[in-house]
Amino acid sequence: MPASSASSFDFDSVTVSGVSRHYGRRRALSGVSLTLRAGELVGLLGPNGAGKSTLLGLLATLIQPSRGTVLYGDQPPSAAGVALRARLGFLPHDLQLYAELTARENLEFFGGLHGFHDPAGRAAAALERAGLADRADDPVQGFSRGMRQRLALERTLLHHPRLVLLDEPFTGLDEASGRALAARLQTLGREQRIVLLATHDMEAVEGLLDRVLVLREGRLTELPARDAPLRERYRAALAR
Amino acid sequence: MPNFFRVAWLVMRKDLTIEARSWEMVSTTLFFAVSCVLVFSFAFVRAGQPVEGAAAGILWIAVAFSGTLALGPTFDRERHHDALRGLLLAPVERSAIFFGKFLGVVLLMTAVEVVVAVLVALLFQAPLAAHAWWVAALLMLGNVGFAAVGTLFAAMLVRTRSRSVLLPILLYPITLPALIAGVMGTSALLQAEPNLDLARLWAAMLLCFDAVFTTLALWTFEPVMTE
Repeated sequence: MPASSASSFDFDSVTVSGVSRHYGRRRALSGVSLTLRAGELVGLLGPNGAGKSTLLGLLATLIQPSRGTVLYGDQPPSAAGVALRARLGFLPHDLQLYAELTARENLEFFGGLHGFHDPAGRAAAALERAGLADRADDPVQGFSRGMRQRLALERTLLHHPRLVLLDEPFTGLDEASGRALAARLQTLGREQRIVLLATHDMEAVEGLLDRVLVLREGRLTELPARDAPLRERYRAALAR
Repeated sequence: MPNFFRVAWLVMRKDLTIEARSWEMVSTTLFFAVSCVLVFSFAFVRAGQPVEGAAAGILWIAVAFSGTLALGPTFDRERHHDALRGLLLAPVERSAIFFGKFLGVVLLMTAVEVVVAVLVALLFQAPLAAHAWWVAALLMLGNVGFAAVGTLFAAMLVRTRSRSVLLPILLYPITLPALIAGVMGTSALLQAEPNLDLARLWAAMLLCFDAVFTTLALWTFEPVMTE
């Protein structure tokens, strides 16, 4: 078990009830309700500005809802406190890496913040998984977008989070890396993680997801089960 | 989960590693502080004799202005690639993150102050070495108060567009008592007859300022960082 799981807090579902989020007069989310369960791979689709990043930020406890509640198991974030953050992994579009630090230093820094007893060993294993072992001591600013993406994914999963939130995880990945990521996501599902993945790359996630949600103008709907290719179902949902 | 001081150490070490590679903050603050002292030395030293009482004021002006330059990039760096959110998502007390950033600023300002103090002593014939421990104590106390308020404001302004304009506007009115106490305490030491009792009094005032504002900053960092 990971060192971070020394905290007793854990959960097997996330329940969002009637959540709205406003930025001034602009409404990013409007009465969103959903339940995510352990072992599920859930996709989040929607046009630009639909509120996908806001929903991910909200589930990551980085954004407070203007109205409504989010429960991790049966606990609100305020009750779960710091221990909740040890169970969350968030890969945002901007990757959250320090460009001046090396790949190894980035992973060891975040490993240290998670209180690992052996951040160096954990970082070395993560670099192997990312296929970056030979570039471990190079500053991240010299990496391509795909390499940064692989590194940031390992940083996100370094502490074995229960809830994995991924914003456009396929960005910049070549075909082989995309396939590796898809396989990794399936493994996460089998490990009873809760995965919510926002993407525009429908080919990459075709057949991968257990459920697909669509956000449009802050409102959430669920796509019907697999009776047609994902892109067609998505277009039909937007046309409604 | 790592304890408070471990987190602060990790954050400070990370900041110093980045600084050691970029030299962004050290070079700008040091260059500005040295230029400031040099320019003042041409204005306030006539025929080899400095204007009486100028040294203390110039020392603290150089410290305050260069310190402001150092504060801006402290949290600006965290904005690049949204690294700040990565920090805030870590399972640690957010006040420990503040403390690490604060320690990094204090260390940087201390390094600049050593150079500035030597320059002021040389150019203004200020007997700083005669009461080196008291001067160091006053500078360190002023440094702590200035860095505590400044680090908090830099964090507050990290998501605003006009942060470089707003930072000094917010910072100087709050830190003015600390700067005045620093100037008065240092002046008391640089007189022909040094007044240690007066220096002690101003040092005590600085200590009170530090205690109040460091506590406030640690307390308010978490709500300030929540969107």
